[in-house]
Amino acid sequence: MCVRIPAGSRCNTMHDALSLKDRLDQILEVEYTFRSTATPVAAIGELPLAERRYAIDWVERVASTNIELGYQYACRVSEALAGMDQHQVEAWALHAMDTYDREGLRPALEVIRRLDRFARERHERASGCVLEEKRGILHGFLQGLSGRRLKLEESDQIYTDTETLYLPPVLARLPDENDNFILYKVMMVTLWAQIRYGTFRCPLTEILAKQPDPERFLHLFQALEALRLEALIERELPGLHREMERIRGLPGEAEPAGEWHALRRRLARPGTRVTEAVRLAEEQQQRLEPGQPPPWQGVLQPELVEACMAARLEREKAKFRVTLKLLEDEHEPGRPPGEREKAGGSRFSKRELPAPELPEGMRTEILLDGKPMPLPEEVKGLISSIIVDLGEIPDAYLEPAGPGAYDPALFQDEVTDPDDVWSGVYHEEGAHLYREWDYRRQHYRKNWCAVREKSVTPVYDGFVEETLERYVGLVKHLRRIFEAMRDENRLLKRQNHGDNVDLDALVEALADARDGREMSERLFTRMHRTERNIAVIFMVDMSGSTKGWINDAERESLVLLCESLETLGDRYAIYGFSSITRKRCELYHIKHFDEPYAAEVKARISGIRPHDYTRMGFAIRHLTRVLSEVDARTRVLITLSDGKPDDYDSYRGDYGIEDTRRALIEARREGVHPYCITIDEQARDYLPRLYGPAAYTVIDDVRILPLKVSDIYRRLTT
Amino acid sequence: MNARILKLDEYLVDEEPFYQATSDEIAIFEAAYVNGLPLLLKGPTGCGKTRFMEYMAWRLKRPLITVSCHDDLTASDLVGRYLVKGGETVWVDGPLTQAVRSGGICYLDEIVEARKDTMVVIHPLADDRRVLPIEKLGSMIEATPEFCLTISYNPGYQSVLKDLKQSTRQRFVALEFDYPGVGLETAIVSRESGIDSETAAKLIKFAGMTRNLKGSGLEEGASTRLLVHAGKLIVSGITPVSACRGAIAQALTDDPDMLAAVNELSSSIF
Repeated sequence: MCVRIPAGSRCNTMHDALSLKDRLDQILEVEYTFRSTATPVAAIGELPLAERRYAIDWVERVASTNIELGYQYACRVSEALAGMDQHQVEAWALHAMDTYDREGLRPALEVIRRLDRFARERHERASGCVLEEKRGILHGFLQGLSGRRLKLEESDQIYTDTETLYLPPVLARLPDENDNFILYKVMMVTLWAQIRYGTFRCPLTEILAKQPDPERFLHLFQALEALRLEALIERELPGLHREMERIRGLPGEAEPAGEWHALRRRLARPGTRVTEAVRLAEEQQQRLEPGQPPPWQGVLQPELVEACMAARLEREKAKFRVTLKLLEDEHEPGRPPGEREKAGGSRFSKRELPAPELPEGMRTEILLDGKPMPLPEEVKGLISSIIVDLGEIPDAYLEPAGPGAYDPALFQDEVTDPDDVWSGVYHEEGAHLYREWDYRRQHYRKNWCAVREKSVTPVYDGFVEETLERYVGLVKHLRRIFEAMRDENRLLKRQNHGDNVDLDALVEALADARDGREMSERLFTRMHRTERNIAVIFMVDMSGSTKGWINDAERESLVLLCESLETLGDRYAIYGFSSITRKRCELYHIKHFDEPYAAEVKARISGIRPHDYTRMGFAIRHLTRVLSEVDARTRVLITLSDGKPDDYDSYRGDYGIEDTRRALIEARREGVHPYCITIDEQARDYLPRLYGPAAYTVIDDVRILPLKVSDIYRRLTT
Repeated sequence: MNARILKLDEYLVDEEPFYQATSDEIAIFEAAYVNGLPLLLKGPTGCGKTRFMEYMAWRLKRPLITVSCHDDLTASDLVGRYLVKGGETVWVDGPLTQAVRSGGICYLDEIVEARKDTMVVIHPLADDRRVLPIEKLGSMIEATPEFCLTISYNPGYQSVLKDLKQSTRQRFVALEFDYPGVGLETAIVSRESGIDSETAAKLIKFAGMTRNLKGSGLEEGASTRLLVHAGKLIVSGITPVSACRGAIAQALTDDPDMLAAVNELSSSIF
């Protein structure tokens, strides 16, 4: 051993180089992959001891994701440590691994290779403003502006398709972070203004096709239109306009040339429409040069806008007419449809009331038989979206849809059936994405599990009745116990304040007073009411391993449990879970919170069948989210499973245990009380680690499960 | 125990409260009053329901007894109770009984907040019987023709727990209140707070933005009442942006992102 020889001496280095090589060979599986570890060993060997340890640790973590990625990382890590601090190097490694998870090996290797780019972007992020961080504020701000509800997305170009505003993910154009935030705000408002103030109410692609130099025309038009919109913003949002002027004045931004001032005055007149900007652009395109655009200016995408608008116009027209039909039916349900048609003409009309505060200058009211009609909130949204596009509600829209025109797809956001998604192309559309803890990486894999909610197919076979018959004695017993648990309203005596006089106390107090003793003030009775405010979700293992005894026992337990809970009146929901790889994580809904315990729920309990594998993390995470949306004082998540978490991909052994453990910790942090019931014939040594963060019970005999579950619940909630 | 001694005269509204009718609500109220029908005022918070009641009480020259309902309001809080006084029990009328006896207007504000069992005591008063049974006295009081029962309710709360039961709501003549139109609201805010109409118009515009946010981050938009508060602060020399932050944004939400968004909106307008 060379411990006593000072660091840096030859012996130490040699020894470490040898052990370093062994270590890297082992991590990078040189035995099978025949990589040469000479380069990384040399580079990492140069580092001081602490950094060397750090580097090896991270090489191991990265290699746990992919060996090649780990190898490339090992080759570059010492270079990275020279240029960035450890925190940033860590971010770099995580970014590479996230890219691997998301897009695969090649893009991940690209991240490792382009270390310089990462460092630069990192720097930008430090001084710039990141959209993701400010999304909450910007989104709120956007919703506050009037008109259609718009979405925010990241994109390298700044533009809008009239439904979504696209903004760059990071802004570092100005030296100050706060100014960059203001720049985001201004970009957003200018895009919003294009939609709100009718930039797209002219057929731009048609106009462009007529121009000799469409590209030049578009630039000029955009510059002129920007002047018109700016004037509107100045009137509408003077505070924001001051900020715009200030940013424009910051170094690097040129003032517009002289003749633009005259144009600006012309376009700034109130009531100027987009056609004026088009006319000016046509008039000036031979001589006027579009100047330097302001820093917030994006690009116009006429084709995208028109495609998006065309689809929306059709959809909203149909939706509006169907809505009118529904409203008509609602207001006069008795009248047969035939008669209505005979009456001829639409019963709807519109009235435009002057409203100078709106850009259109008027507010539209919908009248039914000449009388104003109160409209539901979503119809108001629909009307304002139509007006944003067209400037008014055209008369053709006021004709209610005919019979049979009702298409439910109009009223839903596209919901894809989970099974369709799976049978089609391999993608994650419509799924909830959850992260998963990778213990080797000591980090989460982001958006890793694609989770879908499905329903158990009900089976009407009298299983519930049979179970109740079989356990008739137990059911009676449980009912009694749970009835006793109900916190009854009780009369509290001898209170300071209350609804009624407590006569016993009064008599006593009067006697005391006669005696010359002090009289008690506690002379009233009060009714005490308590509400048990508990919401509980049962998460039932539906993996293949439960087939047979365990499945039967689970179903029986659920039946008995539901009986008990119905007696008690607690709110409860039941879900089953099963998975096959991270792409197909499924939660089977058996009973929602607000569903009554009726025939269908019973049939679903009976229909619980074993499916695939046991991935537990996603189920705990998803149900934790479901629970935290419920308004309750106490939230409980009870898992019922057999054995270890296990899935077809790498969700095995320690990985599964660690992720499940992590998910339970997360649940606790969210204020959910997790409780695990596991059926295991031999109490295994991993259980304390796995269920440590939660409380848990091991049941070694499946047959007693139904007897136990209600009992456990009772103990848990009293 | 302190018996609550309430002088009914104090409940008379002497001065005319400022109230600007938005529709035919005054005529409907008067017609319902003459016919002895109870009323239900619906509408978001701070849109002028309570002010309307004060105005109507002044107009009809009846005492107005307002009870703000809360989730621990019991039937005896409304009807009355025995108290112990000098070794004897004394019956003390609750606000509802007082109103019934004296022919006043009883206004139960935010009725859905009250306990479910409490609501049942108003049922016999709210139909053609117009009586108040007092179980503890073993008597029934018949309401005088001047008595009027009014309740208010905010349908904006989406909670199922805070919904009015059909058996309750179907006894009432309902008046719907909403924020007044832009012009009217500007007039109200500038009159109540004393700010110039230009600033008032900006406040209204800001309120409109927060009302757009209802359902996507805010539970309610800024009410007229909050605008009046902000206006008063501005008159006292607070800058409009700070006034909006203090009187409106902070009152609407605690969510930091939402607060920041609302503050950005106000600073864009002023």
